[in-house]
This record gives sequence, structure tokens and C-alpha cells, in this order.
Amino acid sequence: MIEKREALAKMFSAKGSKINTNRGAEYYDSLMQTMNKRLAELEQTPAAGKVSITNVLEAEGLDRRDFMKWASAACAALMLPSNFTPLIAKAAELMNRVPVIWIELQDCAGNSEAILRSDAPTIDELILETISLEFNETLMAAAGHAAEEHLEEAMHTFKGKYLCVVEGAIPLAMDGLYGTIGAKAETFKDHLLRVAKDSAAVVAVGTCATFGGVPAASPNPTGAVGVQDIVKGKPIINIPACPANPANITGTILHYVLTGQIPELDHLNRPKFAFGYRIHDNCERRAHFDAGEFVEEWGDKGAQNNFCLYKMGCKGPMTFNNCSIVRYNSGTNWPIGAGHGCIGCSEPQFWDKYAQERPMADTHFKAPTGGVEKTVDEFGLGLLTAAGIGIGIHAIASVIAGKKEGDE
Amino acid sequence: MASKHIIVDPITRIEGHLRIEAVIDENNVITDAFASSTMFRGIETILKGRDPRDAGLLAMRICGVCTGTHYQRSIEAVEDAFKVTIPKNARIVRNLIQGALYVHDHVVHFYHLHALDWVDITSALKADPKLAAAEALKWTDTPHGAGEGELRVIQERVGKFVKQGRLGIFSNAYWGNKHYKLSPEQNLIAVAHYLQALDMQRDMSKMMAIFGGKMPHPQSLVVGGVTCVQDIQNPMRIAEFKSLLNKARNFVKNAYLVDVLMAGTVYAGDALEGTGAGLKNYMSYGDFKLDDTGFYTSSQLFPSGVVLNGDLSTLHPLDQTKITEDVSHAWYEGANDKGLHPYDGVTNPKYTGLEKKADGYSYLKTDEKYSWIKSPLYDDTRMEVGPLARIAVGLAAGDERTTKYAVDFLTKLGKALGLEDAAPASVIFSTVGRTAARAIETELMADVMMEWVDELAANVASGDVSTWTEFDFDAVSKDARGFGMAEAPRGGLGHWVIIKEGKIENYQAVVPSTWNAAPRDYKNRMGAYESALIGTKVADPEQPLEILRTVHSFDPCIACAVHIVDTKGRELSSFKVNTSCAV
Repeated sequence: MIEKREALAKMFSAKGSKINTNRGAEYYDSLMQTMNKRLAELEQTPAAGKVSITNVLEAEGLDRRDFMKWASAACAALMLPSNFTPLIAKAAELMNRVPVIWIELQDCAGNSEAILRSDAPTIDELILETISLEFNETLMAAAGHAAEEHLEEAMHTFKGKYLCVVEGAIPLAMDGLYGTIGAKAETFKDHLLRVAKDSAAVVAVGTCATFGGVPAASPNPTGAVGVQDIVKGKPIINIPACPANPANITGTILHYVLTGQIPELDHLNRPKFAFGYRIHDNCERRAHFDAGEFVEEWGDKGAQNNFCLYKMGCKGPMTFNNCSIVRYNSGTNWPIGAGHGCIGCSEPQFWDKYAQERPMADTHFKAPTGGVEKTVDEFGLGLLTAAGIGIGIHAIASVIAGKKEGDE
Repeated sequence: MASKHIIVDPITRIEGHLRIEAVIDENNVITDAFASSTMFRGIETILKGRDPRDAGLLAMRICGVCTGTHYQRSIEAVEDAFKVTIPKNARIVRNLIQGALYVHDHVVHFYHLHALDWVDITSALKADPKLAAAEALKWTDTPHGAGEGELRVIQERVGKFVKQGRLGIFSNAYWGNKHYKLSPEQNLIAVAHYLQALDMQRDMSKMMAIFGGKMPHPQSLVVGGVTCVQDIQNPMRIAEFKSLLNKARNFVKNAYLVDVLMAGTVYAGDALEGTGAGLKNYMSYGDFKLDDTGFYTSSQLFPSGVVLNGDLSTLHPLDQTKITEDVSHAWYEGANDKGLHPYDGVTNPKYTGLEKKADGYSYLKTDEKYSWIKSPLYDDTRMEVGPLARIAVGLAAGDERTTKYAVDFLTKLGKALGLEDAAPASVIFSTVGRTAARAIETELMADVMMEWVDELAANVASGDVSTWTEFDFDAVSKDARGFGMAEAPRGGLGHWVIIKEGKIENYQAVVPSTWNAAPRDYKNRMGAYESALIGTKVADPEQPLEILRTVHSFDPCIACAVHIVDTKGRELSSFKVNTSCAV
């Protein structure tokens, strides 16, 4: 039994991903040159909007030191060495050179709520606000014209240069009429295709825009799909989660500003810097998992001692995201901190696979099987029932072993 | 008669799923109005067949704004079905999360979504900070952050904002419009608080995250209780909550409430005339359980009931069986009558579209179906829900606490207006009153939450760390039905669930915006938004401040980028209202 336990422990304590965080001096030197060149070019281009982050920060009463602290954290989040920090700061200042057109489709506004106004006006959010301001300004400045013309104009002026950010799913059933927009009642699908057509890249924000999310949950009454099912022939970046963490959205746009390219993505088009690890890999309760200490029932002794939530349905071992590091609401808390398991909200079809309060081993989903120790690329479409059962076995095995040790 | 057709419409690349069409006559008075939601997701259908214990997580995604409320209502519906009573700690924690949402939501609504309908930023730049500091002291002995030096600094900051053209913050304002009535000094005080509120609300949202894990979309409630055991056991965590609450409470008392009193006094004329009153039928489901005797038997902070025709002398007891959802003007299948009770509710789409006219624009077919929102009725009557409804019902119920806070405010208002007595309670039946009711309620909430935090700490200290009530799922989920009916910041929010053999058989949600933003009913009676707009004079259709004030006073939780165009489709103006709440 002990041998089996060790084998399983080894299996599950292995890093979930094979992201290379140190690629050697040559790589970083060359990357820095590319970035310097890119930023120098950007600096020569006219700003898409009048508002600069420097002024915004000043008006909000934040000083340069706060800004540099943020830049340093953003640098780490993008998995770059710390000598890139000044470049990050410069890129943030040049963000108004990259026009962004932000559209909202079949959604609950949770991402907007998370990002644009409600919670903490951290520097991440201010930067996003600055970006969306440009968009508003671009579209709304010329009063007296029909709004359609404003959009056309912006798309024409910044043809091939703007990022198209999308929130919400796209309903395809009933010829797309479950969602219409504008005085001409254009369907969400047509609207998306029109705006995405001349963009440099499309950024899908939140799980509805990336994988269909809530509206696409079974039986998917409106035939909802994600952006990548509709838009073809464009680079697509998916930033899932419900809601998406503002830090990951800023990170992605920063990367684009820095390099003129989209960040390195996994097979689900998610940036690896944010979705390269499983929740489980960096979970604050991980030690309890390894020690075989589990919450068995809500509010029990285990819960009072912050034990592992796997048996209460935590999907941290199947979910790739950085919540365990970044947390929410200015780092105040996160779901596992508040005693509830992860529901896998950054994974495709999580409403039908993960969002329940029982462990995977107890569910009856049919899902593609695969090896347990998988990288983010190989981990695959959703869940591994095998992994669920495997962890279940470990949970039982380690509890027995733990008890034994305790008895001695 | 030369009437103009105004489309208040979601031509929106930003966000927007609400459309309002209004007709104004030659005197610019609104004679007809139609509200329509243009997005459908089918969440009630998606919930069918799922495990009822997981319903809350999904139902919460109905809305990213009152998100925690949907979560709790859904879980309470299942608890009601299973006859599970939650432990005291769980009840208080839920009250604290919800209470924090009210405080956060109301403050953000007033300052960041609504204040600029009343406050003119550019005027603030002309103010004398010294006089403004003196003005602040006229309204309270302890003004928040409104000393001469502070106001001077703020004025300089605002000058910078204006120079940069920071539209995001000030985009809804019509600077310099003559219908702004506050003095430059009063405007400066309000603007100072506007900026201070940006910072305050960050801390307010942290309160929700302490026990909720994150916001929006918290994740710490389960059928039977809550999961945040560690957070309630930790005295540091409770102290952190209390300190954040205390800070919020000071701001509510010395800034928010005072600013509403100041603006309410200046705009009292509109309130006394009853501008924007609308239906005058008010309903509250009641909320915030104050003891542990069970869901619908415990005493409540907000009483439940119905007030008809603004008659505060009679409270009609609430009977949930009288709620029906009429689909005569909504894009769903169903008969042309008052509709079905939510337990029997059906949500089968039947889309009939908009009518494309020669001008290239699409118009609502207002004679038939024109919205994805159903028209809920209570006892075959249209209702308004929200803070105003809660205060009206509280007053009619003779509730001690509600009466105290409301009378306090009306007394101060009476004094400020130079009346002999308190201002009449009927002033709250107006656009201004709707806004004042929200502020009155926030003060009440911030005070009572201080009591709740102490109650929680004392209970935990006494050795009770129970957060969950055990139940035998297989036994209770064979054949059960229940409802979770209580209040969201925006009004009555109910979830109804029928469970068979451990699975959800039927699920219906009737949310605040269903009540307030609904289209016509089968008798062609208007919904709350529609009704409140009728008779409103739009002094300048290019700057429809009056429409904004009334629509904003409801705190609409429907994504809505509003555009006003004239009959030729020429856009006159555009403005963004708020976020989304369609089912």
C-alpha cells in the first residue's frame, strides 16, 4: 500500500506543465532586442487615443513607484527575467498606440464588472480602462453621425492593427436571432465577423467568449459557441475563467504591445504564462493533499483546518489557471481560500464536466482518457476520468496511510 | 400633431441588450414608451436535469452584477425544497455577504452611475473651495473629506481629468446643461465624494471577497450552509471585515446620505411634483433573516408585502402563489393571459423579430411581442420593485427600523426645505425619491451590519463553529419543490425549483429587471420603466437628462447602451447605462 501511495504521490506532485521558464541568455537577449525595436517603432506611431496611462495614474494619485512595482509583478507573470521590467513599464505607457475594439455579446457582464468598474482600481484595471477609453473615444467622438459610421470609421482607420476583444458567447440557433444588436438588429454572429475581419487578432475574454460557457451548457438552447468556432483565419487568444482575471487580460495585451505578436499559447489557445499550471500545482492546500488530509463533509474538522477539498469536488487538479497565485479582489481571497473547491471555470465545457460538488471519481461523465501526468498541451479536451479515479485512489490510499502513521 | 419617435436603442458596440423606444409630442413630453431586451440565453432550460446542489453556481451567472444574490436565492430555493435550516453562522455570513453587496452596489450606483445626472463637473471647477467647505458644514457637522484644502486638491485633479478628456468617468454627463441646479460649491463637494468613492468601493468589494472568495461570482455558499469556516474562525478576518465596514459606514453617513439630502433639497421640486413616479404599486419579497426559526417564519430586516397606488396606510400581505408571468408581449410561447405561476412556468422561445422600415432601422413591433423579458404580474397587477418598494412596504408595515431611518431623512429634508414638519412621505414616489430611498436603505444596512459582525464573532467565540446542516440527499430529493424569494439590491428576486429523483425538473427565475424592465402585459398595461417615463418632459432632446435620471434611478441591471435618434434615424446623442441581467 505504501509503495502504491508513493507512486501516486509522485505522479501527482509532478509539475503539471513543461513550460520552460529559463531559456538561456541568448534567447532573452534576442527577445529584448526584438522588443526594443518594436517599442521604438510604436513610439513613432501616433497614439490611437489621447489618454495616456501616465496621466491616468497621476490623476488617480498613484506614483511612479506604485507603477514600477506593478511592472515588476507583470514581468514575473509573463515569465520574463526581471531585467525586462523597464520594457514592461514602457509598453504600458505605449498601450494607447494599440487600438482596441471591445464588443459584448451573449454574456452576464461579469467580465466587465470584474474589469472595468467594480472591484479594485488597480493598475491592471486602470490600464484596461485607458484602453477602452480609446475605443469609446474613437467611436463616440464625432457627434451627430450614426453610430454605425463610427465603428466603420474606426475599423477602416486602424485596419489590420486593432485588437478585437470579445465578451460573451455567440448564439447560432434560429439564424442567430437569440441575440441582436444595434438599430438594424444585426445578429451577434454578423457583428462579431464584421468587427473581427480587419483586426490584427481576436482576444476572447471569459469562458463564454472562449468556449461558449454558460449559454453553451447542455442542452445549449441557443446553439451558443465561442469565438474560435466562428472566426477563422485570425490569430485568436483565449482568456477563459468566470470571470477572467484582469491580470491575465492585461498581460496578454502587454505582450502584444511588447512584441507585436500574440503570446505563446497552449492547444486551447490560452496564453501559457497564465494557463501553464494547474490550480493544484500552486494550491495553498496542496500540502494537505500530499499528506492525505481531506475535508470529508462541509464544515467538518477538516474544513476547520483548511484541509484539501478534493473530496468535496475540487477540480484544481484538472484546471489550468493561475488563481492560486494571483487570487481575486486585490488578492483578498479566492474560492479555495473560502473553503469551496475549484469548479474548473477556465476549462471547455466545465459546466457539464466540472462544476459540481462531487469528486470526478464519483461522476459518470464520459470523457477522453489519457495519461495522468500531462503537460498543458497534452492534457487534453477536458477531463481525464482516469485522473479523477487516480486521485480518488490516492485520496483513499493516503488517508489510510495517514491514519497508520498517526496511529504509530 | 408633430410627434417625434425617439429610439433609445442599443446600437452598441460597447455593451447593450436593452432598447427603449419613446415617443415625444411637440412639447417634448414623453407620451409613449417601450422597453425591450434583445438577448436570450435559456439558463432556466440549461438548469433542467442537473443536480440541485450545483444549481446555484450556474444560476448565479444569470447576472454578473447581483451575482451573489442569484447564487443565494437558488441555494435557498433548494434548501426550502429539502426543508433544510441553515446554522446561525451560515445565516449571518450570508447576511454579511449580501449586506456588503448592498452597500457596495448602492454607493457605486449613486456616485458612478447616477450622480452625474444631477451633478455638473464643469461647474465644480468654478467653485471657491473655501465657500464649498463652509457649504459642506451646512448639511452635516462631520462632512467626509470636504475641508478647504482637500477640496482644493480635488479641484486641481478634476481640472486635469477634464483636460485629458477622461470620458470613461464622466461620459454620461451633459456638462453645462441649464437643468443642472446645484451651485458650483455643491458640485465640488459631490465631485470630491465621487472620486473618494472610487477608492471606497474597492474596500467595500473586499468585504464580499472575505467571506465569498471572490467578487463577482463568489463561491462559498452550498446547500445547507457556507464553506468559509476558516474565515469566520479567524478573529483577524472578522476584524478586517469590521474595519472595512466601519470605513464604509462613515462614508455612507458623512458623504453619500448627506449628498443625497443636499441634491434632494435642490431638486425637491421634481420630487414634489412626482416626476417619474410610474406605477406606484410596490412589492417587496422581504429579506435578511434575523433569527434561526426558518426561511419563511423568521423575522426579517426588510418586511415583505405589497403597497398599491402609493397608499401607505394599507399593507397587503405577500402571497407568492399570486405571481404569474405573462408572455403576451414577450418572445415566448403561451396564451394571451396573465400567464403561469413560476412552478408551472414554461420558457419556450417564439421569436417574431423586429420590423425593418424604409429608413434602414428596425423597430419594435409594439402591438405584438417585442422583448425577451416576460411581464410578471402580482395578483394581475403590475409592480415596481427595488429600494423604493422596500421603504414603502417597510413604512406601510410600520416596521420600526425602516420608519426610523426614513423619518430621519424626511425630517432633515423638511428642515432644509424650510417646512414646519418633516417632508411628506409621498415625495419618495418620484425619480428623486427612488434615489433617496436607496441612500436611506444603505445607512440602515451599514448600521445593522455592525451588529451582525458582532453577533457572528460572539457566536463563534461561544464555541459554535457549525457552518453546515447535514441532510440525506437521496431521501429529500425524490420529490420536492421550493422557492427562494428575497431581495437583491435592485429588488425582489425569486427562484422556483421542482426536483424529482435527485434532479431539477423545472426551474424559473423572476428577477428585479423582469419586474421593472418588462414590456406591456396582456391588458396592454405598462411595465415600471415604461410607466415612469410617461409624462416626463425632455427639455432638450439632444441632451435627454430627464430620461437618464429616471432610467438610472431604477439602477437598471440590463446591459444598455442607449442611443437617441430622431425619426430620420439621425443620432442625437448616445450614452451608456449599465450592465446585464437577462435570463
